[in-house]
Amino acid sequence: MLARVTGGIALAVAVLLGLVLMLLVRESWPVLVGGGWTRFFVGDGWFPSSGQFNLLAMLWATLAASLGALLIAVPLGVLSAVFSRFYSPGWLIMPLRRVMVLLAGIPSVVYGLWGLTVLVPLIAGWEPPGASLLSAILILALMILPTIALTSEAALAAVATSNLQGAAALGLSRKGIVLGVALPAARVGILSGALLATMRTLGETMAVLMVAGNVVQTPASLFDPVRVLTANIALEMPYATGDHRAALFASGVLLMLIVTVLAWLAGCVGARSNA
Amino acid sequence: MLKNPYRLSDLLMTITVWFSAALVVGAFFWLLSDLALHGIAKLNWSCLVSAPENAGRDGGIGPILVSTLLILGVALLMTIPLGLGTAVYLSEYSSGALARSIRMSLDVLAGVPSIVFGLFGNALFCIWLGLGFSILSGGLTLACMMLPIFIRSTEAGLTAVATEWRHGAAALGLTQAAALWHVLLPAAAPAITAGLMLSIGRALAETAALIFTSGYVDRMPDSLSDSGRALSVHIYDLSMNVTGGDQSAYGAALVLIVLLVVINNVAASLADRFLSQRITTS
Repeated sequence: MLARVTGGIALAVAVLLGLVLMLLVRESWPVLVGGGWTRFFVGDGWFPSSGQFNLLAMLWATLAASLGALLIAVPLGVLSAVFSRFYSPGWLIMPLRRVMVLLAGIPSVVYGLWGLTVLVPLIAGWEPPGASLLSAILILALMILPTIALTSEAALAAVATSNLQGAAALGLSRKGIVLGVALPAARVGILSGALLATMRTLGETMAVLMVAGNVVQTPASLFDPVRVLTANIALEMPYATGDHRAALFASGVLLMLIVTVLAWLAGCVGARSNA
Repeated sequence: MLKNPYRLSDLLMTITVWFSAALVVGAFFWLLSDLALHGIAKLNWSCLVSAPENAGRDGGIGPILVSTLLILGVALLMTIPLGLGTAVYLSEYSSGALARSIRMSLDVLAGVPSIVFGLFGNALFCIWLGLGFSILSGGLTLACMMLPIFIRSTEAGLTAVATEWRHGAAALGLTQAAALWHVLLPAAAPAITAGLMLSIGRALAETAALIFTSGYVDRMPDSLSDSGRALSVHIYDLSMNVTGGDQSAYGAALVLIVLLVVINNVAASLADRFLSQRITTS
């Protein structure tokens, strides 16, 4: 009886999940069939009203913002994890972790609000217009830092104490232990945390939408305003119809494909660590 | 004595690590103090219950809090039964094709950007099912986002229950349903609670998936088929579309963060108490 009930529920959930994938493809079908998928990567640019759906500029902006955020957040996150495992005075460890957990739970729209009211004016004073690729990178970096710090700390904590003691017994300095033993042993955990963070930066909508300026262009400098794929969906969905709407759904499918590949990679990394 | 050749680089490493940690802590201190200072300046009791005025610049967030909780309630009503059923099925019964395909789609969906769920919810609930921009559409969309997280952590919790417990329950003559209710679910309670907390956190923080599903209307909702503005959407709207709405946005942001912390703690302690009582008295 129980098997039948839970099996029925599971089937319903499977149908629901299948619907997500099916509907996204179905809604983007007109534009995929009507002009072929190549129209998303060739053409003059993103001019939906005249049927030009070149997503490349926004794709580059998405990738640039994610990459920039990772370049800042991964080293800082890993170093702050090293700090709390190996350098911090004992009384500081728990409060630090509490704050990180709190920060990891803060909604992205709040990060966006802070970026918009504090960071953007600061950058504008330095190099107008302020709302730019740089502010998007900084806000995204801030958003994923807690996640990276927490996953790196967990990975470092999982390194066997005997390895660390052995290294200390061999006369390695603290730096030697961290760089030579702890970090190499924890690299798989750190890497999968970074991949998770990458997925979050690629899929983030609100925080980037609020600080990046939203001009469709291939970023040429850090101070250029840019529009990322997710922000484009949020901005144009309210009035999009016909092929335009279908193109937005297609960009959603594209985002999903990128994230799925990353999730698969993270799975491979995880499987290797278990082997 | 040999001179330690590592001393300078050791010092550099120590400085780098301390500097990075200080930078991270400093940045977040800046962020949190801004949130607290600007937020508290705007908050008082009447603002929690009164309606927004002047596009949200003045007045309170009463109707918005109600909409937020209604959306969350709809989402939880869908997520908890569906999620528990699926997780039990995945962990107890199956290694077959259905379970494999569910696991695969859960893994894919767990990483899907929330804006894509917004697209899906708009297409399915608002247009296909004709629910329009409503609290119901928003809640159901959020439920789809929460299901992968909730099912996976519940399944992990159930799988971690030792096989001996199942054998023991069977040896005592418990039916499978009784064993599930009295042994397995209570034993997996911490994982279920954690999954629930994560899901609620994700739902309350969500903005992108709600813009095209539950909409912007900031009146007090009359029913679940009314459009209702969630707190996160309110923050977004105030800061982007309303000139001079920043202070109110900070107030709403502080309320949202406090709400997240409180709901997490309450959910954790309630579930702990409820489930631990059952396992000790049964």
